[in-house]
Amino acid sequence: MTFETCNLSITRDGVPVLEGIDLSLPPGGITAIIGPNGAGKSTLLHAMAGLLSPHAGAVRLNGRDLSGIQPGERARSLALLTQDQGVTARLTVADLIAFGRWPHHQGRPGHEDRAAVADAIETFDLGPLAARTLDALSGGQRQRAFVAMAYAQTTPWILLDEPLSALDPRYAHDIMRRLHDLSRTGPDARSVVIVVHDLGVTARFADRVIGLKDGKLFGAGETGDLMTSDWLTRLYDTPMEVAEVGGRKIPFAA
Amino acid sequence: MVRHRLLFLSLGLGCFTLLFLGWHLRTPVGLILSLRAEKLAALVLVGAAVGNATVLFQTAAQNRLITPGIVGFDALFVFLQTMLVLILGGAGYSGLSPLPKFAVETGCLVLAATALFAALLRKGAEDVLRMILTGVILGVLLRGLSGFAQRILEPSEFAVVQQASIASFGAVDARLLPIAGAALVIAMALSWRLSPRLDVAALGRTKAQTLGLPFDRTILAGLSLVSVMVAVATALVGPVTFLGLLAANLAYRLTDTHRHAVLIPAAAMIGATILIAGQFAFERVLGLQSSLSVVVEFAGGLLFLALVLRRDR
Repeated sequence: MTFETCNLSITRDGVPVLEGIDLSLPPGGITAIIGPNGAGKSTLLHAMAGLLSPHAGAVRLNGRDLSGIQPGERARSLALLTQDQGVTARLTVADLIAFGRWPHHQGRPGHEDRAAVADAIETFDLGPLAARTLDALSGGQRQRAFVAMAYAQTTPWILLDEPLSALDPRYAHDIMRRLHDLSRTGPDARSVVIVVHDLGVTARFADRVIGLKDGKLFGAGETGDLMTSDWLTRLYDTPMEVAEVGGRKIPFAA
Repeated sequence: MVRHRLLFLSLGLGCFTLLFLGWHLRTPVGLILSLRAEKLAALVLVGAAVGNATVLFQTAAQNRLITPGIVGFDALFVFLQTMLVLILGGAGYSGLSPLPKFAVETGCLVLAATALFAALLRKGAEDVLRMILTGVILGVLLRGLSGFAQRILEPSEFAVVQQASIASFGAVDARLLPIAGAALVIAMALSWRLSPRLDVAALGRTKAQTLGLPFDRTILAGLSLVSVMVAVATALVGPVTFLGLLAANLAYRLTDTHRHAVLIPAAAMIGATILIAGQFAFERVLGLQSSLSVVVEFAGGLLFLALVLRRDR
């Protein structure tokens, strides 16, 4: 199941936010969307999830225009985790994760749904927190619960908008490692697209990188090929270096 | 666990119902029972509808501190009464046939609410807050117009408007009950059917859409049911602003669940129980008449303040 954007342009109040984005993402692996603040990363992710109507161009999932796919079917094909994690209702972690199954059962959960929720709780190590309410969790624990909800949706594509923002290095690496494993488990491998600011995490876990700058595609390709000091310096308009430590490339601002 | 709590609430409602019907029952038993049953039906219908409507409205607005009354239902109702008295005079108003009056009032309230919801939600349900603000401003405008019109009235006519503007459970016309009952039962059943969708809608617009919920359609359906329930209840007994706030927040607290399939019947039962218990206490125990709505508003107002202050901390 491939994900494509063809000449995708998005405007907000008449101002272009994304212009002429052409992308083709093969299934499997982790794709990181990086770029400076205001580059249009979250907008691209929301457009890929079908939540924003393109001003021009199209988003295609497996060759089908996303705007022609019914919301229910779309929710069974791709899951989106947004940055906003406010919920008015008083939910436990297990309740929240169970919502990930809604596109499949539409309010009538069955055995398969309960098994998927249990699997998500186990995969993200949330067993001890399952009965706790969201307002009793730390920012990082909350973040993990929301990622688990997106996982429980069991969609071929998982789109995550800055899921690491509230996490300390341990939990950030832990979640990325789990996502990395999920994107490589044979025929059931999930394809993960993630908006991220941590270039170290990107270099360590992402298979592909998409660079956005000023609403335009700055570059897209294999992580190892693209993330050079010259490319990153031009992307962020600030001196960047890539150091090699223990055989791993670690980008940093010089 | 949740089932036990619903059972507990239904037992409470049942006990107060029996107490209301059976307390100091004297001959002629049949006549007294039928009179009490009529009043009981009005209390149950209004309490259940207002509790149910408030849960729906709070879910649509993503805010547990507001009631449908905030968008000016009560102000429109008072404005309608004032205009009727101004145009027909006190005697003409009192001589109005209850059924057409009820139909016109309900129709006006539903039309006004539908116009407000439809006009402001045309761009999508993210405009709920703007809709609420517009409703508040319209309410202020209508109250101002009512106040102005009431200054023109004779003192006796003003007294008629004053009496019609306060919710009264003691003077409900029995002929209205079957029609109001049918409308409210249908609206409540439809809102209960909407429950699984409302659970998802409560997560917020974007999250609900990513789960495949037609969010705008769900919210519009919910608000349409709110307008019917509040309009019928208000036209039946008059405005009860804070009853819904009491019923909905007690339902959240007592059931401790996010599931609307539980919250809706719980809020409905609590709303009905509050009204029956309050009316029973005022009529039979304290020997007072028709001040229930004042006490409900007072208790609801206190709860509202408590909730706001607690949230601030």
